[in-house]
Amino acid sequence: MSLDKEKIKHVAKLARISVDEAKVDSLTKDLNSIFKFIEQLNELNTDKVEPLTSILNQSLRSRKDEISDGKIREKILKNSPKKNEEFFVVPKVVE
Amino acid sequence: MSNITNQSLSEILESIKSKKISSLELTQAYIKNIENAKKLNAFVTTTFDQALENAKKFDNKPNNEHLLSGIPLAVKDLFCTENVKTTAGSNILNNFVPSYESTVTKNLWNNGAFLLGKLNCDEFAMGSSNETSFFGNVINPIGDHLVPGGSSGGSSSALAADLTPATIGTDTGGSIRQPASFTGTVGLKPTYGLCSRWGIVAFASSLDQAGPMTKTVNDCSIMLEAMSGFDEKDSTSINKKKESYSKNLKDNIKGLKIGIPKEYRVDNMPKEIDELWEKGKKILKDLGAQLIDISLPHTKYALPTYYIVAPAEASSNLARYDGVRYGYRSQKGKDLIEMYENTRSEGFGDEVKRRILIGTYVLSSGYYDAYYLKAQKVRQLIKKDFDDSFTKVDAILTPSTPSSAFKIGEKTNDPVSMYLNDIFTVPVNLAGLPALSLPAGLDKQGYPLGLQLIGKALDEQKILNIGYAFEKNCGYKNEIKKWWS
Repeated sequence: MSLDKEKIKHVAKLARISVDEAKVDSLTKDLNSIFKFIEQLNELNTDKVEPLTSILNQSLRSRKDEISDGKIREKILKNSPKKNEEFFVVPKVVE
Repeated sequence: MSNITNQSLSEILESIKSKKISSLELTQAYIKNIENAKKLNAFVTTTFDQALENAKKFDNKPNNEHLLSGIPLAVKDLFCTENVKTTAGSNILNNFVPSYESTVTKNLWNNGAFLLGKLNCDEFAMGSSNETSFFGNVINPIGDHLVPGGSSGGSSSALAADLTPATIGTDTGGSIRQPASFTGTVGLKPTYGLCSRWGIVAFASSLDQAGPMTKTVNDCSIMLEAMSGFDEKDSTSINKKKESYSKNLKDNIKGLKIGIPKEYRVDNMPKEIDELWEKGKKILKDLGAQLIDISLPHTKYALPTYYIVAPAEASSNLARYDGVRYGYRSQKGKDLIEMYENTRSEGFGDEVKRRILIGTYVLSSGYYDAYYLKAQKVRQLIKKDFDDSFTKVDAILTPSTPSSAFKIGEKTNDPVSMYLNDIFTVPVNLAGLPALSLPAGLDKQGYPLGLQLIGKALDEQKILNIGYAFEKNCGYKNEIKKWWS
């Protein structure tokens, strides 16, 4: 299948990336050539194949439900582009 | 002592131990080399003051009991380093200073090494030429017009140019082995789960694995020993006893069975790559190994599978860059959603955006089964190919890359042709196996070419041993003219 410009704009919206109108054409071309390459997989019949979800022969470990970290608010806030004492600051979301 | 930096890590360790050179002198020698090599653009950040301080501390109270006592090391800028800027080659992390240290780098420091600087790489490790970095492309010391490979291109360039005695990279689809091949150095991608992923900027979590890049196979075994090990903080870390790879390194490979997969002879492969492969086979055969023809029938589907799985995981992993908690934030936009959209559009480069869009699309409602589920099924078939072969052979020998280092700008306009560079390295990541790239020869232009040894899961020792024997008998020597200083 081929991806048209509208589809790409929709996917960009889902990914929260604004796409420059001037770049949509070249992006469409690139993505279509990539998908053409990817779609080679359709040559294979995989009806009876189990999907591989983990490469490890082990199941994920669980740990005790205990706090092992904490009291690091300052460290967590340190890299924030905008903060107000104890909080991350974002543009207004509620009128 | 002017040429101490030409030496291998193991030789340098010997010189430190026997006090032929102090850690401070060694560190100063590397700093001098780095300052003279700015043209290569291998470093994003240097930590010279901190390194000199650590070297002095070591010299005052030398403790030679560690694997990397007194050794300065530069690492790929994908490993989070406490209080040292970590960018992943991206504008979106240009101001990010982690308050924690990645497990793998912490392991290196616990083994006596200290940080010399952070090495350039493709943005979020997405690239095969180090041309997608926000901090500019890196130059291959082999020639001023050549890419150093990618994504660990700063690592391969710095190592080959004697700017660090050894280094570490990460490998999601070939990002250690391909740059090693392009620079005539040794690179190992370990078994998935052997080295902790904790504190490494995530690209594709089911494929990412950190590994060593070194001048010799012995150095590679020392570095692997130092960096690997179980980590509670990585849910996919393998809990097993630590191995002494360097102590157990042996060059006797008599009787080992080496598989030669017919599918790795691809269309339009340069004759030189074929000849190199033949040379490699002959060396191993002369050392007493047995060559066995094998088939990995789904090889050609590995790259298309990878370009679904990796972008899908990347689109999830990179969703965290929202301009709120850390990293770059756009000043444009009238509300929260526009702030997100502008932040991500301005913060990410073209290749990263392309992959996020691919990933978002293949995971989106209505397309998941056709792409992502399909890819997971083919990934199963690729893994099964290897499982079947490893009932018959001890290791597999292939070329590392389908070409030598290419020119800067040569493939930037055609993403698929760039992706095809990873054709021999990607299957290993999909199957979670260890693989070692070894310098094996030069093409007719005089550029290095590598061969790859693939092992069973957790069989690093065996491929290191084969590599060690190969290295002794191959006669490859990296002689790089220092044109940049």
